[in-house]
Amino acid sequence: MVAPVLEQLADAAGSLTIYSQDDPTFPDGMKVEDDTDLAVSWSLDLVTVPTLLRVHDGAVVERTEGWHRPSWEALTGMDGLGPGLPELRPGCGSRTLDPDVADDLAVRFGGARLRARRVELAALEDEAEAMFDRGWTDGLPVVPPTEARVLRMLAGTTRPPDEVVAVVPPDLVECSVEKVAVNAVMAGCRPEYLPVVLAAVEGFCTDTFNGHGLLATTYFAGPVVIVNGPAATRIGMNSGGNVLGQGNRANATIGRALQLVVRNVGGGRPGGVDRATLGNPGKYTFCFAEDEAGSPWEPLSVERGFDVGASTVTLFAGEGPRGIVDQLSRTPESLAASLAAAALGVAHPKMALGFDAVLVVSPEHARVFREAGWSKARVRDEILSRTVRRGAELVRGAGGIADGLPLGLEDLDIAKFGPAGLLIVHAGGGAGLFSAIIGGWINGPGGSQPVTMEVGT
Amino acid sequence: MTSTTRVVLDPTSEQAPARRERVARPASLAGKTVGLLDISKPRGDVFLDRLGELLSARGLRVERYRKPTFAKVAPVDLRHEIAATCDVVIEALAD
Repeated sequence: MVAPVLEQLADAAGSLTIYSQDDPTFPDGMKVEDDTDLAVSWSLDLVTVPTLLRVHDGAVVERTEGWHRPSWEALTGMDGLGPGLPELRPGCGSRTLDPDVADDLAVRFGGARLRARRVELAALEDEAEAMFDRGWTDGLPVVPPTEARVLRMLAGTTRPPDEVVAVVPPDLVECSVEKVAVNAVMAGCRPEYLPVVLAAVEGFCTDTFNGHGLLATTYFAGPVVIVNGPAATRIGMNSGGNVLGQGNRANATIGRALQLVVRNVGGGRPGGVDRATLGNPGKYTFCFAEDEAGSPWEPLSVERGFDVGASTVTLFAGEGPRGIVDQLSRTPESLAASLAAAALGVAHPKMALGFDAVLVVSPEHARVFREAGWSKARVRDEILSRTVRRGAELVRGAGGIADGLPLGLEDLDIAKFGPAGLLIVHAGGGAGLFSAIIGGWINGPGGSQPVTMEVGT
Repeated sequence: MTSTTRVVLDPTSEQAPARRERVARPASLAGKTVGLLDISKPRGDVFLDRLGELLSARGLRVERYRKPTFAKVAPVDLRHEIAATCDVVIEALAD
């Protein structure tokens, strides 16, 4: 349609260059550069044809998309372009965006940004089997991390691929954004999950969280990732029914991506540095979002010092969730006593102060506290005070059980949890007078402390 | 299937661990310094105390060390000190 205009421009301006994405013989009789391999179009990041660009000293200084006479005239400084043409035609999509070529182009022109070793699969190798054979999976199939998939994943973050995210234990190797993206692809993440995965990897690798010790321990625990803020909603995380279970892609794959980074980049594998006696199913993935909209309380992220509206991940060294059933408590005192009684079971009823816990309060239980006007701090304090016991019940030999606290503590009142040892989050489906407790691992500076990281872009 | 699906990116650190040979096991402990490393697990001290008595009774030099917490890697300075001081090390690993 714009062929007559191109002739006008070619006649008037000595420095016109025309590129064609599909047919360099058109328009007939004009000199047209062949861009059927789309190299120039890709480098110019075209989305529409025609696009008219003004280039000065090799740099694009102005562009207009489609045919819009005033814009073309303004850009060229010429009047009377395309007198027989309508004022406006929006143009067509650039071939660089065709679904069947976009991935190939991304690899051809963007692949150079990727530094990871290319592993060529043999013609007769099954892709899924090849991932198992190389030891790259957690025991479940993974998505093969092709260059095109990794490039799409990297579009989920503004961070450059070669930026170092963290030093990953146990091998203590620097892990780039790209390596996280590779493992996120394998885990099944969508690109928009990547900033959450990056934050989780950073948190895991802090000395405070002590991912190294957590990996190496014979204990059950693994990283539990709790997501707060608008990012959780934006990427479609589940904070409602079956929140700690299967079925939501973001919940499932973010936690899995973290574990794959630890395995593949950090070198932490069961039977190697991972010495767990029993482990727990959450070591495949354990990630969920807090239900903030339905909560009577401030979100976990705010409690931990972040602004309302900030998106965060909180990492907790936790074992599997343990259900707490209380279907009859209608007063906050009764329910707090109930939750406290169940919380005493963390690690062992005779153990105290060594293990933190996350209490996941479901909406129906939270309603009891909401109606009574109990703040989260009040609920925590009431549970903490109800989990204090006499040392005589806890020392070695008490209750006919050899294990327990050292002798000599019989006359002391001993708290089950320290003042910061009980995290409370609100999540779960709307029906069911249940809560859950996620027992921790060794707490404090000598073990693992919860870590909260802001989710970036 | 496009041609690119047959090439995947290596998800690992791509680092081959540097292998270092262990020091050869000594034929005899005579004249050696024995390090006893307590990793701070319960009752590790009981085990190492007894070993220390037995080794000292044989006239060996015994050095005691302790990790601040069993849940973290031994501090690099501690590892270096043990390596510089001792010929062999006995670690009380579990409770």
